[in-house]
Amino acid sequence: MSVGFKDIQVGDRLPEWSRKTSFPEWNRYAAVNHEFVPFHMDDEAGCQVGNAQGAFGMGNLRYAYIVNALRDWIGDEGIVREVGCQYRALNQKDDVLTVVGEVTEKTRAQGEQRVRLDINVVNQDGLRGCPGHAVVVLP
Amino acid sequence: MSGGDLTYVTDAMRAVRGEWGETRTAPPITQTDIRRWAIATFYPEKPPPIYWDPEYAAATRWGGIIAPPDFNPFAWSFERGPFSTVSMRGQRPDGSRLSGMNGGQTDTYGVPMRAGDVISERSRLLDWWEREGRLGHTLFVKSEIEWRNQNDEHVRTRLAIGIRF
Repeated sequence: MSVGFKDIQVGDRLPEWSRKTSFPEWNRYAAVNHEFVPFHMDDEAGCQVGNAQGAFGMGNLRYAYIVNALRDWIGDEGIVREVGCQYRALNQKDDVLTVVGEVTEKTRAQGEQRVRLDINVVNQDGLRGCPGHAVVVLP
Repeated sequence: MSGGDLTYVTDAMRAVRGEWGETRTAPPITQTDIRRWAIATFYPEKPPPIYWDPEYAAATRWGGIIAPPDFNPFAWSFERGPFSTVSMRGQRPDGSRLSGMNGGQTDTYGVPMRAGDVISERSRLLDWWEREGRLGHTLFVKSEIEWRNQNDEHVRTRLAIGIRF
């Protein structure tokens, strides 16, 4: 399924995309990204860098969730052209992370129909810990 | 050294500011690399077939399997990245190594990566700033990393913020 440029309006919301995250998700990501950082794997190491709850998740995995949410929305005919975010809160064990987004602009540039969104990743407590933006190209 | 005098910025950082470093090249991307990446980042759900089903992918606008945009072809490279060096990371005044954390990034994507692609990377240190925070004295490093494929097509430009403490 793909979404079309003409079907999108400013203010439209990205379909929510969620994952519960803990060691099963982090370890898989560590394996493919060769990201074997102690504070992502070991509670004691997490505490040593100031996180009382122990090990915490990778920023890059939250970034992947944003990309995946966009991809699932636009389908194979769309293109993810730009994604940016900041990591302002830690991804704790058993967090349920949900990618949220809202369309802020529709433009035509360089022969492309582009849609810009404000993006965030929200946990189960409503903490919006990963503010950012995205630009997708739609047919 | 304490208070306002404390800095993790090194002469090596000042020397390379704004200068593109040496290019490094990742091993050729394989279809298995792409499939495993997609499985890991979509887990526990099954990833979209554009990332693992050749027949399906052949019928799309891409004509074959492509990698997720965030795929990292350098993940299992023997060659270490530039951010493992003091010139890009900073260090404590006593010479000891800083811990690192990812502060965020903005990626602009060009052509997608595919099996068989060989991605080259160059990077440069753009800017830095320091402040006292939850982790104590903290150095923020802004850098630019550019990826191109074997046809010299633009694949990705990343503006990244590294946190060193």
